[in-house]
Amino acid sequence: MLGYIFKRLVYIIIAMYLIISATFFLMQLAPGSPFASERELPAAIEEQLNAKYGLDNPWYVQYKDYLVSTMTFDFGESMKYKGRSTNDIIAESFPISVALGLQAMILAIGLGVLLGIISALYHNKLPDYVSTVIAILGISVPSFILAGLLQYYLSFKAGWFPVSGWKGFTYTILPSLAIALGHAGSIAKLTRSSMLEQSNSDYVKLARAKGLGKWTTVFKHTLRNALLPVVTYLGPLLAGVITGSFVIEQIFAIPGLGRHFVTSITNRDYTVIMGTTVFFAIILLFAVLIVDILYSVIDPRIKLKGAKK
Amino acid sequence: MAQNDPNLEKISPDMFKVVGGRFNETEQLSQKQVSFWKEVFYRFSQNKLALIGLVILFIIMGMAIVVPFVSQYSYDQNVGLYNTAPSAAHWFGTDDLARDMFVRVWEGARISLFIGLTAAAIDLVIGVLWGCIAGLSGGRVDNIMMRIADVLTAVPYLLVVIILLVVMEQGLIPLIIALSITGWVGMARIVRSEVLSIKNQEYVLASRTLGANKWHLIKRHLIPNAMGAIIVTMTLTIPSAIFTESFLSYLGLGVQAPMASWGTMASEGFKALTSAPWRLIFPAVFISLTIFAFNAVGDGLRDALDPKLRK
Amino acid sequence: MKKKVLEVKNLRINFKTYAGVVQAVRGVNFELYEGETLAIVGESGSGKSVTSNALMKLIPQPPGIYADGQILFNGKDIIPLSEKEMMRVRGNDIAMIFQDPMTALNPTMRIGLQITEVILKHKKVSTRDEAKQRAIQLLDQVGIPYPEKRFRAYPHELSGGMRQRVVIAIALAADPKLLIADEPTTALDVTIQAQILELMKEIQKKSNTSIIFITHDLGVVANIADRVAVMYAGQIVEYGTVNDIFYNPKHPYTWGLLGSMPDLDNDADELLRAIPGSPPNLISPPKGDAFASRNEFALAIDFEKEPPMFKVSDTHYAKTWLLHPDAPKIPLPESVARRIEGYQKEANNNGQ
Repeated sequence: MLGYIFKRLVYIIIAMYLIISATFFLMQLAPGSPFASERELPAAIEEQLNAKYGLDNPWYVQYKDYLVSTMTFDFGESMKYKGRSTNDIIAESFPISVALGLQAMILAIGLGVLLGIISALYHNKLPDYVSTVIAILGISVPSFILAGLLQYYLSFKAGWFPVSGWKGFTYTILPSLAIALGHAGSIAKLTRSSMLEQSNSDYVKLARAKGLGKWTTVFKHTLRNALLPVVTYLGPLLAGVITGSFVIEQIFAIPGLGRHFVTSITNRDYTVIMGTTVFFAIILLFAVLIVDILYSVIDPRIKLKGAKK
Repeated sequence: MAQNDPNLEKISPDMFKVVGGRFNETEQLSQKQVSFWKEVFYRFSQNKLALIGLVILFIIMGMAIVVPFVSQYSYDQNVGLYNTAPSAAHWFGTDDLARDMFVRVWEGARISLFIGLTAAAIDLVIGVLWGCIAGLSGGRVDNIMMRIADVLTAVPYLLVVIILLVVMEQGLIPLIIALSITGWVGMARIVRSEVLSIKNQEYVLASRTLGANKWHLIKRHLIPNAMGAIIVTMTLTIPSAIFTESFLSYLGLGVQAPMASWGTMASEGFKALTSAPWRLIFPAVFISLTIFAFNAVGDGLRDALDPKLRK
Repeated sequence: MKKKVLEVKNLRINFKTYAGVVQAVRGVNFELYEGETLAIVGESGSGKSVTSNALMKLIPQPPGIYADGQILFNGKDIIPLSEKEMMRVRGNDIAMIFQDPMTALNPTMRIGLQITEVILKHKKVSTRDEAKQRAIQLLDQVGIPYPEKRFRAYPHELSGGMRQRVVIAIALAADPKLLIADEPTTALDVTIQAQILELMKEIQKKSNTSIIFITHDLGVVANIADRVAVMYAGQIVEYGTVNDIFYNPKHPYTWGLLGSMPDLDNDADELLRAIPGSPPNLISPPKGDAFASRNEFALAIDFEKEPPMFKVSDTHYAKTWLLHPDAPKIPLPESVARRIEGYQKEANNNGQ
């Protein structure tokens, strides 16, 4: 197990290096500078600003400086909001995104698995059709469109939920629902086909041959095996929730990290872009690693590549 | 147990002549012999959802081709009416620049579909080439190529796409490039696994026949078997591309005005949600329908091509 | 007088499919006594698995239909039983052993728990500990070494033979009177096969269990069966003791089966007699004798009327027009006759 973790960490470091470097060079290639979009600055001042941020150094010097500072997790100051350190921005807004993200994930998994199980157990009967339709809606309607529609009909017109902001539990419902529904649909489909597949296997037949009832068989035998593939979806789920947050936080005016990321892109705020990118990438890479380990723990048959059991 | 029935009706003696079996009959397969693709087609047509999806696709593509030609308005023409609700003259209403929404939606259909299909096609080409080369070469080349694919999968897709777009300036081509940049990995993996499984069979045959038959085997076996998986993957890549495109357009990274994809139209529609909801609803509905239709058809194809016949 | 454990009368089972109604089992009759082993032999599609699944009412009710007949277990017909009542029978009175031990066990559940599950469900003991003790006893009985340790093992940690022993232990857990073994040795190596068969015979001797053994392998039949039912196209075409079937087969299909068995004592030059053709479509079963078109000894009447069961002796019946008093006397095909000679010689040598 330890050997496996070590190998994965090496991969993570390589991937991080590639991402960091790629981000840097892309920023270099990008037209425009953070100062260009503002009103015309006198040349002298612009020179000073460039010097302060080291933007007038040759690229390899900037690259070296960048790598060094990244290693020490020093993402510098925001170029747009002078005086605000990138790390502060991240520290402030990330917890909010975490809350939103976790809620969305729990919703997605809970709803998705439930719909999938119902679909499978009432195969080809009414509950199956209803669940399948809901799942399809979730998959087909992009989350931001869903968010807009929810906002319009349930907040603006019906007044059941607050329209935007992040000031209490009721503020979290619509945003997390908007993010979760799309993934709930995918999870429902996955759960459904997995349950159907397991229901046809020999050990389920044997369970019935033992005299176990239909529901006992499902909960004690089928379910555990059917949910295994769902665990592998957790990685993409997290990635999807993060990207979902970019737009949903904008629509619902939630001060999370996703929104800052998007704004920093529009503003060409390089330091914040790079800091946030690195941050997100680390989270995602570690999340996938954790999911893989989790999967091997849950399924006694799995031996991780390069691990000794 | 039934036994000799004394009441057995008298049977004429020549019924007891030995006539032997009718072996020709039994060799005929009891079911009509159908070609592989016909069977696939049959199974596909049993899937109601897939059929609905197919019909929707035909309608949408048909409208996308026809409407901009036939319509009396062009997509950037000022018709004098600003932000009007759907009416007899303008079936989908008009927007804030007094443009007819109906023709704009179908013009947008062209663009969104073009983006989706092209991105998927690029993924197809790169993916198939990559997978074939990796699978056929084997050994270190295969190893390296798949490692690269692994690393690319690890990298968060959307981050890369967004940053690329920021760098490349917006526009149709950069958008398509950004969309296809990591999507080909899935296709490559599938193609490679098909190649590997065919390769193993091929060696067995090759040891008995002359080596010259290798290309023949590739044509006869690899293409039909892999074709199924390739088609399914492509069909499922397209809605993902359309989804991502609309997402990016919302972030302001999509195509430039006055060209409008469904995504940009939805994005603009958002701003007028309270006053002119139809500007969001129509593009939104068609985005969702198209994504659903491609998914349904893709799933239907996948089930139809599945050799494990269920039922 | 031995007790009759099972009597099947005129069982008919159909399946509704998209292509039509498949008549999988078409009027099957047999009996089974205490402590006896009945082997059901046939090729794929003969209906043997459907019959065995039907005995425990494990056929999914759509698309399966119990079209006719009775299944009398200890005198009581179980077909009209409700699902709840059936649950008390399954595992408890009648138990099943499946073909593939790899897939028959739940891969994510420890094998000990898979055994205690049966014990606790049918309330054979009152505490979990007692169930565990009994499970360990069973594991020992089926020949698994270090049973206390193995109790906590997962199926993939055991070899194929071990897994099948666990499946047998599960079947025995609630002390059933009838064991249905559906090709339990097909997926195993030959040496393991022999061990499993020995195990089953041992168990039968100890607990006087009746066994229905489904197989396509006549060698296994010779080893373990008291009586044999040969099935073809959903019907039993020959039925008798194991001696009846091997030394005095009367149905051309049985001849075919005996003749197509590879035999070490065979002359290497002798051609293996395969039965040409394939089984008929059971959506529209042919008129007359279903085996007729593959039967080189078919009579004209075989294509017109279905033959009744003719009695050969008190224990031996065969469903073929060749046994009609007016039918020509067809001698055994040479290869079959030679086989039988070989068996008899071997039996004499073994002092049977």
